[in-house]
Amino acid sequence: MTDVHGIRAEALVRDFKGGVRAVDRIDLEVAPGEIYGFLGPNGAGKSTTVHMLTTLLPPTSGRASVAGFDVVAEGPKVRSAIGAALQEAALDPYLTGREHLRLQTALHGLSRDERSARGDELLARVGLSDAADRRVGGYSGGMKRRLDLALALVHRPEILFLDEPTTGLDVQSRTALWQEVGRLAKDEGVTVFLTTQYLEEADVLADRVGIIDHGRIVAEGTPESLKAEIGRPSVEAVPADPAEHGAVATVLERFGDPIPGSPVGVTVRLRGSEAELAEIVRALDAEDIAVAHLQVHAPTLDDVFLAKTGRSLEGAGAEPEPEPEPEAVPA
Amino acid sequence: MSSSLGTQIATLARRSIVRTMRQPASAIPPLVFPLVLLAVNTSGLDAATRIPGFPTDSYLDFALAFAFLQGAMFSTMNAGTDLARDIQTGFLNRLSLTPMRGAALIAGHLGGVLALALVQAVAYLAVGLIAGASVQAGVLGALVIFALFFLIALGFGALGAFMALRTGSGEAVQGLFPLMFVLLFLSSMSLPRNLIEIGWFRTVATINPVSYLVEGVRSLIIEGWNGEALGLAFAIALGLVALGVSAASLALRTRLVRT
Repeated sequence: MTDVHGIRAEALVRDFKGGVRAVDRIDLEVAPGEIYGFLGPNGAGKSTTVHMLTTLLPPTSGRASVAGFDVVAEGPKVRSAIGAALQEAALDPYLTGREHLRLQTALHGLSRDERSARGDELLARVGLSDAADRRVGGYSGGMKRRLDLALALVHRPEILFLDEPTTGLDVQSRTALWQEVGRLAKDEGVTVFLTTQYLEEADVLADRVGIIDHGRIVAEGTPESLKAEIGRPSVEAVPADPAEHGAVATVLERFGDPIPGSPVGVTVRLRGSEAELAEIVRALDAEDIAVAHLQVHAPTLDDVFLAKTGRSLEGAGAEPEPEPEPEAVPA
Repeated sequence: MSSSLGTQIATLARRSIVRTMRQPASAIPPLVFPLVLLAVNTSGLDAATRIPGFPTDSYLDFALAFAFLQGAMFSTMNAGTDLARDIQTGFLNRLSLTPMRGAALIAGHLGGVLALALVQAVAYLAVGLIAGASVQAGVLGALVIFALFFLIALGFGALGAFMALRTGSGEAVQGLFPLMFVLLFLSSMSLPRNLIEIGWFRTVATINPVSYLVEGVRSLIIEGWNGEALGLAFAIALGLVALGVSAASLALRTRLVRT
């Protein structure tokens, strides 16, 4: 394996008890300074992958290196190079934000003077200075996530793992977190491995996206290239009279290939460009079909997911990922 | 960049103390319940001192050791429940991603147990003395009671940590408490073993190691210096610590699967 100071995985596998394969021979490479979006529904294998890459879970087989260190043979070196905000935003409700930072800075070996300065700096950066001396149990979800991010940055990691960092956050908190993550990558050159089930998050934030489903990476590339791969826009028409669903389908199939969509409407992937919309309207009018809703969709990452898996990412929630069972530390 | 083991233990112990003190439901019962039960037993069982062969004429003196043992058993709950919560919430994963050593995690939690134990020991002895108890072994004896109590609390705390690390469940840790109470009640806590008339009860109390822990503390209060009682109590307490810490360390190796 090359000494790439980013993230690299080769044929990474993780099996759980009962023969459940959560991650199935995934290969990936994340360049230094890149924001890599790992997109997939619940249970796709995102968190298991993160747990392996952050050394919290030994792989069943395959290899991975993070910051140039092997995740199995050089766990402590990997951990010293990474910061991680895992899915749970695991915080102690009885400690204050400042006490969390004091704990984290002390465990990372910062000197007594540095601890306080670094803690104050990070609290200010994530906008928690005013709430620093309040117990975390009283924080909002967004505040907890921001504190979680600050804790991950205590030791100035070169690689940051964020496992669904904005799940459950309101739009404002989500946007603030995106800005901070973007700034970290752009200004400080931090490599970011971000898992998400939000298409928009991957689209806005990630330089490259890997789409994972049932433990396998089904597509990888920049958001633009992935969408360009799908290429053609789709049109969805909902008839005013549900009885005309079949008639609408007959008309639309003259312009494109049917794809799954809204159950009350008909969706086709256009063979041509968006300019065909006018033709579609004229064709529907000629058949005397009234439509309640007609919309053109530019290709999205959901279309990419749909094209690769046959399912829509929205609502594609599979089973939750298996909880790692305690097991012996590998030799 | 890595912190020393001492810094890690101190940091985690400080956290353990802070969170215990901020949870009245964790900090108050270990202080209050043993004293309440002491008051109830002392007022209700005082007549037992008139049984021929009873070793003291003050049931308060006799029962004070029970408060120490019951208090120590709360250590199981506090250490175990806090650790189980860390596992359930993912806080242990957060700690695992730092250079924290496994030994620091257990020692830090037990440091918190010892801090609370110090407060408990002072409270039990102070209330006992105010209520009229006396320690026959004097000031030095009181210090030895403290030392023995710390060891017992440490041992029970380590067992709680073991249960938490093994199961990851706060409920499982709490399930230990009734079991420990049964052990306590089936010991010589209420009567000296030689005065227990029911044969099976006397047998159980004789093989129950908790009896010897109670008798070790009690000997300093009602007798003075009894080498045999103290030797047995310290040996069992040290054994309990060794067993608890070893079991917790093994369970931590399994739980902490980081590479």
